[in-house]
Amino acid sequence: MLEFLSPAWPWYVAGPLIALVMFALLYFGENFGVSNNLRTMCALAGADRFSDFFKIDVKQQAWNLVFVAGSILGGFISYQFLTPDVAVVLSAATTERLANLGFANAGAGYLPQEIFGIEQLTSISGLSVLLVGGMLVGFGARYAGGCTSGHAISGLSNLQIPSLIAVVGFFIGGLLMVHLIMPLIF
Amino acid sequence: MAKAEIISWYRIFEMFNFDAFHMYGVIGSAVILGIIGVQLLKKTKAKSLYGEALHLNPKTMGVYRYLLGGILFGLGWALVGACPGPMFVLLGYGYVPILVVLLGAVMGTFLYGLLRSKLPH
Repeated sequence: MLEFLSPAWPWYVAGPLIALVMFALLYFGENFGVSNNLRTMCALAGADRFSDFFKIDVKQQAWNLVFVAGSILGGFISYQFLTPDVAVVLSAATTERLANLGFANAGAGYLPQEIFGIEQLTSISGLSVLLVGGMLVGFGARYAGGCTSGHAISGLSNLQIPSLIAVVGFFIGGLLMVHLIMPLIF
Repeated sequence: MAKAEIISWYRIFEMFNFDAFHMYGVIGSAVILGIIGVQLLKKTKAKSLYGEALHLNPKTMGVYRYLLGGILFGLGWALVGACPGPMFVLLGYGYVPILVVLLGAVMGTFLYGLLRSKLPH
């Protein structure tokens, strides 16, 4: 019955669905921005003792944590029931670039073993890549006041100049990483 | 998110190499529909379910914080191939190493909280 949901969804299905999620959140009096959860988690862990930035009303953020729980559950359901094959069909140019970087089996799963393989957890360099990447995302998102959902989707939808600047920043950072830094670390 | 492969590290890598239209199509169509929808909602002065004005979360103007924060975010996004939403979806998929990325993201957020008063905004 769920077979029609199983192949990878094209962009013209996924994009409108994302817009729909944003409108649903607006309708329920909320807004679409995921990275605020990281701040809420800090607050829950007691970070308000170290910085006023974390003195927030956690109860007001409850819906946000529900979104997180839903995301995890969605991932689980998608994995268990909707995705018999997690191979990603990449363009030939990308596959070749990855081979040159030393990434074998490009697209065999959602994530490359060279970064997300379980054995990376036992090597200092593997752990550093994961931890530093995560820290950049967390720090950058709060410094910029939003992430992909808050700026690129919600912010641009509302024609906000600051969000446009942030999205330009996302791209400058992404291009620097992919073209200049990754060839140095892999 | 999972089903359109936007949680895939490879798709992010592909996007920053301009090798495929997929990610641009996903984000672009979401934004175009978003712009049209938000403008309509504003014109009709739509209210939320609870009768309040819509929570559009306008940002204060500035350049440094958005540009610098954006660049740092982009560096991380491209390296680990995941922004905050997809990190949680990937966790649901059972990718254990994403826990380290999430730990880093929480630490990065905490670090920002500590340094906020010293940064240009």
